[in-house]
Amino acid sequence: MIEPLWEVFVRSRRGLSHTHVGSLHAPDATMALRNARDVYTRRQEGVSIWVVRAADITASSPDEKDEFFDPAGDKVYRHPTFYQVPEGVEHL
Amino acid sequence: MLAGMDSFQATIDADGRIEPRDAMPEGYRKTLIRQIAQHAHSEIIGMQPEGNWISRAPSLRRKAILMAKVQDEAGHGLYLYAAAETLGVDRADLLDLLHSGRQKYSSIFNYPTLTWADIGAIGWLVDGAAIVNQVPLCRCSYGPYARAMVRVCKEESFHQRQGFEILHTLCNGTPAQKAMAQDALDRWWWPSLMMFGPPDSASTHSEQSMAWGIKRHSNDELRQRFVDMTVPQADVLGLKVPDEGLSYDEETGHYRFTEPDYTELYDVVKGNGPCNQQRLAHRVKAHEDGAWVREAAAAYAGKQASRREGSAA
Ligand SMILES: [Fe+2]
Ligand SMILES: [Fe+2]
Repeated sequence: MIEPLWEVFVRSRRGLSHTHVGSLHAPDATMALRNARDVYTRRQEGVSIWVVRAADITASSPDEKDEFFDPAGDKVYRHPTFYQVPEGVEHL
Repeated sequence: MLAGMDSFQATIDADGRIEPRDAMPEGYRKTLIRQIAQHAHSEIIGMQPEGNWISRAPSLRRKAILMAKVQDEAGHGLYLYAAAETLGVDRADLLDLLHSGRQKYSSIFNYPTLTWADIGAIGWLVDGAAIVNQVPLCRCSYGPYARAMVRVCKEESFHQRQGFEILHTLCNGTPAQKAMAQDALDRWWWPSLMMFGPPDSASTHSEQSMAWGIKRHSNDELRQRFVDMTVPQADVLGLKVPDEGLSYDEETGHYRFTEPDYTELYDVVKGNGPCNQQRLAHRVKAHEDGAWVREAAAAYAGKQASRREGSAA
């Protein structure tokens, strides 16, 4: 019997997003949360924890990463640095 | 656009990080699985020599600290097993390999902890050597391993300090306490030097691991770093490093020291150290004794899941 794998996300303090910190095995979500507390927050590294079954995550494929992210590649005009600001103009 | 192995090599050449689902050479994957698994095994086997003294720690303060330290080592093992699993292996299978003796752990944990001073020596020397080994691994080319090492290294510095503090206290105590500290250093010095592995001239896996960015420094470089760091600390304790050949080389700024007896290292790795059988037997027993907990948790999870399904239907 292999316990399912859970991915663990921790919010390190209020105002910040949850960040992936690692994974662990646990039979159910309740145990996964408790184990995550013991494994990943022994020094008050978090104020909130999410656990997600690894099998429930849908991820983009590394094989097609170039095509997948291509559409953004030729749109430099999405960045403010694309634009020329005339001399002397401030707060723009 | 680079695909597959070209993309792997380009990432390595640019000192980038390889992530779990990237294409990678089979040798790279295998080397990492072996190294990370053996590192994980070392963390959990390493709980035993120190666990031996939890019930006999000389004060409540020391006891609480030692429990926290041993618990950290369990945590380190878990971070590392999780990192190994991103390479497509199961933790349960890795534990089987440990239990059947087909995968090794660090030979240092096959030495016994005879006195309380040994707990100080382990924190100071063994965790100290582990830090020297692990800091460069924070820049390992495999992302999950490097990230696990960052967490581990943050926690190790407390381990080293608490060990040094134990010895410092003993060294400022009675003559018998100081002698106990010296005896611990005498016994742990050489096995600690062996923690960096065989000398470069005899190291088999090093070159490829360096090329892959798994290893960043040679065994001998790291051993030198450890000696340079540790000898002045021994001076502060007023203890004598048990090496008649030890001297400071003004020209290079490094200590010259006597190499440990590597035949002892090979012998302990082969299974002939003072505690190899005891360590493994204890690990297997702990795993087997815990089986009912894993089974009960799984049965409970199964029951809860079927109840939820029942009420949803
Ligand atoms: Fe550790
Ligand atoms: Fe440690």
